[in-house]
Amino acid sequence: MEKYLFWVMAVTALLSGLGMVMARNAVHSALMLVVNFFALAVFYVLLGAHFLAAVQIIVYAGAIMVLFLFVIMLMGVQREEPADEPIRFQRPLALLAGGALGGLLVFVIRTSFGLARFAEQAGSSSAGNAQGIGRALFTSYLFPFEVTSILLIVAAIGVVVIGRREPESEEPAAPAPASSEPGGGP
Amino acid sequence: MTQPVQYLALAGLLFAVGAIGALVRRSSVVILMSIELMLNAVNLTFVTFARMQGSLDGQVLAFFVIVVAAAEAVVGLAIIVAIFRRVRSALADDVRTLKW
Repeated sequence: MEKYLFWVMAVTALLSGLGMVMARNAVHSALMLVVNFFALAVFYVLLGAHFLAAVQIIVYAGAIMVLFLFVIMLMGVQREEPADEPIRFQRPLALLAGGALGGLLVFVIRTSFGLARFAEQAGSSSAGNAQGIGRALFTSYLFPFEVTSILLIVAAIGVVVIGRREPESEEPAAPAPASSEPGGGP
Repeated sequence: MTQPVQYLALAGLLFAVGAIGALVRRSSVVILMSIELMLNAVNLTFVTFARMQGSLDGQVLAFFVIVVAAAEAVVGLAIIVAIFRRVRSALADDVRTLKW
């Protein structure tokens, strides 16, 4: 059962990834990527990482992809990429390089992990996966966790600063008419 | 019974697909999506290694990667929108002011 689920989901993940790369419409790419995220969430469940599967769906498929779709809609959906290549032979060269990278990765993984086996029990303590992650996060990984909060604050402030509309012209006398404009960041 | 090498090989292939997407596509949003795909492939290897070790450390690391990817996507999309406001284009090739 687990084996069949793995193969079905592996095919789904690879096909949706390829579909994301090849879709001409950016919205189709985003939807293909959502399919890919769900397939990865299934893999996380198979590997015993139930909490990460939930986070994957909530954060990635829920939040990040909505943000991507929002930006795509903001810039116009019907916009399609031109078919001409700015660099000559860009597509064949990229396919060659990517195929070589994939082949190399699979070769190295097969030679170094071909005999690897899973541990007997999943890494969840008796209390369960989410509880174990919470305990690890707030004991041995407390400092990285706090640094992450700083990163998120910096990202939020940076987005507000980047997304702010620049004032049209500097008028020191005028009482800043554009200041009521909302931040405009996505 | 599935073996770790299957998950790891699948993650490698997904990473390669994301790399091809980042090289081939010209829309900056789709390039960013390809980068998300590559980050997800790396997350899959982290979770597989955690399962191999029977520990939770890899899962915590994958969790941090998800958080950083979220921050990266937000800032990247903000930059894309700011550039779009200025040059009226979402193609990565049209941003060449700094190109000599």
